[in-house]
Amino acid sequence: MADLDNFRTETRAWLEANCPAEMREPARDESDIYWGGRKATFKNDAQKAWFEACVAKGYTVPAWPKEYGGAGLSAAEAKILRQEMAAINARPPLSSFGIWMLGPALLKFGTEGQKQRFLNEIARGEIRWCQGYSEPGSGSDLVSMQTFGEDKGDHWEVSGQKIWTSYANHADWIFCLVRTDKADKYQGITFMLFDMESQGVTTKPILLISGSSPFCETFFDGVEVPKSYGDDCPGFVGEINRGWDVAKYLLGHEREMISGMGGGEGTAAIGSALNRRAGKDGDSIDPCLRAELAMFDVDALSFTAMGEKFMDEMKAGKGHPAQPNMMKYVGTELNKRRHELMMSAGGSRSLEWESDETSGGKPSRNWLRTKANSIEGGTSEVMLNVVSKRILDLPGA
Amino acid sequence: MPLYHNEDQAMLADTAAQFMAEEGSIKKQLRHWRDTGCKDGFGHDLWKQFAEMGFTGILVGEDDGGMGMGNVEAGIVLEQIGRNLTPSPFLTSSVLAATALNHASADLKGRYLPGLLSGESVFAIGIDEGGKHRPERISTKAEKSGNGFKLSGQKDFVIHGASADMIIVAARTSGNDDDNDGITLFAVPKDAAGLDQDAVKLVDSSVATHMKMNGVELDGDAVIGEVDGGRDILNKVLNAGRIGAAAEGCGVAGGAMDMTIDYLKQRKQFGKLIGEFQALQHRAAHLYSEVEIARAVTIKAGQLLDADSEKADLMVSVAKAKVAKAAGLAVKEGVQMHGGIGMTDEYDIGLFMKRDRALQEFLGDAYYHADRVAQMSGY
Repeated sequence: MADLDNFRTETRAWLEANCPAEMREPARDESDIYWGGRKATFKNDAQKAWFEACVAKGYTVPAWPKEYGGAGLSAAEAKILRQEMAAINARPPLSSFGIWMLGPALLKFGTEGQKQRFLNEIARGEIRWCQGYSEPGSGSDLVSMQTFGEDKGDHWEVSGQKIWTSYANHADWIFCLVRTDKADKYQGITFMLFDMESQGVTTKPILLISGSSPFCETFFDGVEVPKSYGDDCPGFVGEINRGWDVAKYLLGHEREMISGMGGGEGTAAIGSALNRRAGKDGDSIDPCLRAELAMFDVDALSFTAMGEKFMDEMKAGKGHPAQPNMMKYVGTELNKRRHELMMSAGGSRSLEWESDETSGGKPSRNWLRTKANSIEGGTSEVMLNVVSKRILDLPGA
Repeated sequence: MPLYHNEDQAMLADTAAQFMAEEGSIKKQLRHWRDTGCKDGFGHDLWKQFAEMGFTGILVGEDDGGMGMGNVEAGIVLEQIGRNLTPSPFLTSSVLAATALNHASADLKGRYLPGLLSGESVFAIGIDEGGKHRPERISTKAEKSGNGFKLSGQKDFVIHGASADMIIVAARTSGNDDDNDGITLFAVPKDAAGLDQDAVKLVDSSVATHMKMNGVELDGDAVIGEVDGGRDILNKVLNAGRIGAAAEGCGVAGGAMDMTIDYLKQRKQFGKLIGEFQALQHRAAHLYSEVEIARAVTIKAGQLLDADSEKADLMVSVAKAKVAKAAGLAVKEGVQMHGGIGMTDEYDIGLFMKRDRALQEFLGDAYYHADRVAQMSGY
């Protein structure tokens, strides 16, 4: 305990000395988020200083081992760092799919050579990764994907199309599911890693109902993917034809991450904030809306307790392995409901699509964005299928 | 504190589960007492067995001969009571009354706790004055009379009132009906002069009373805590009762859900097990989620209450409301998915629906507690 108290004191002092004031307020828009990568530029000096201080300390990926660019923090220490950062509203120094997705996959399935190279690149924000999973004909039924890599000896020649590739147009590299055996649905997929600047890769942003284009269509036309990037550094993760194992692991990881969006330890009732806001604008909350807010707060605060229980059980190895599917289902449905209520509480003000008051239509754009929560990373319906089959053991599910 | 049971609690849960499944089963208890027209609606022999297990004194301090445990542990017993629909005065006596008596004088403790610990006594609590739970408004008056008090007014839906040896009554010793202050708690013996109870059987086969007090004379030593200072104790009593009712509700929900999922794996229609139909699978999976969340928030609120946290008030109301919704869903889906037989008295699923309805109402329904959540959150 004393060690952890010391760690907290040190962390607080370090943050005080290294986190610039400008980085101690929530990101206002996309340009405030630093994603790293070959094409990245800093918005201002504060963002740069904060990022560089964290890289030096290993705090872009605090829980990763030191040899891979992390700080080697224990779970308890990482929690303290999160709490102390939250206490001063510190922004994440670096956001990336490398941190959230590829990193965990490499830590579990990667070779030492892959870890040395790719994890360090991710930790230092040098390479921005994107994820190539879904295809136009393979959404919920992901395993039916067709993008094919023809074996050419020391490399594959990959052709096909991915969709919903987040920020593919800004990414440097892609981790990508590619079919390498057409005869075996599950054991015929390889989890490949390759450069988006390779000959034959093109991307096309998709305009969404929220007016933004975070996702792309990504096309591969005879892209050459090496089987090796050097000593102990294969161009694929895990084994050839066993990429589905990696993909499944990552989907589980992603569901946990998304399921956390509805809760968190600091979750407060939203009704109070919305009521205050409406009052400031000279509006008032209808009694029936107040009732719905109260019912929502009951559900949301209960889910916060569920999130805590879920984490405690995971740590103790007690939880059901399929429980993240339940968490993802409930967390995303709650988040959609939250934004519906926020729209109603805001009234016509929340309809503003282009105004300074709404920072460019934030309420309505965020509301529309949440509709994807229960689609991406496995739809609510797929989550319910998994719960039926793996937890409730219902027949033929 | 992690949100799952520690070793001792897991052991208690195993013990309670086994005991309640064997001795407190629907067939042995609920149906038996219902079908023989028992005026209490529960069995005194079982209550004595509760005492032998140490359950009746679970919240009573060790110095007073009890187990000195907390609301989480009481909730563990209550969850098993809920799963088996075991009729007993545990919630009113060992949770509500015991919490009040923990704040009583040594004299009152000496008068009532031994009977509770031995399973000889049954206690009830009179709070509501009408069909809805509105403890903010207390009209029952207690006027100074000699060196004691004279109680006048009516308490409604006093669960186990007719079976109780003593009923704890919240009465007004000063101020107006809606005042927060001016409340005093009294331990009213069943044979007090001027006390008249009309018993009424409820939908879940439990028995409640309308308790009329026509100048019920009590000695000054019947006061629990301070005169005019009963609100704080009452709030503690209510919190304990509410989280207890929530824990029992989790058991009712879990029992109804398990029975229903089992049925989905047995019943065939259209040449298939009905559990193969996605229309039912998704509803079952949704129900599972709700029941899991209800359990989580019930443990959380119980822990906060036991730790005397300032967030306990809020989270107890969150839990009571959430459980009401989740258990309500469990029994409604249970009857619907059982189809026609779900409507028959022969099958147990309907008994779960009845008990849930009574538990939802007890000490405030989902609407009452959601409203409290809003008020405590400042809107």
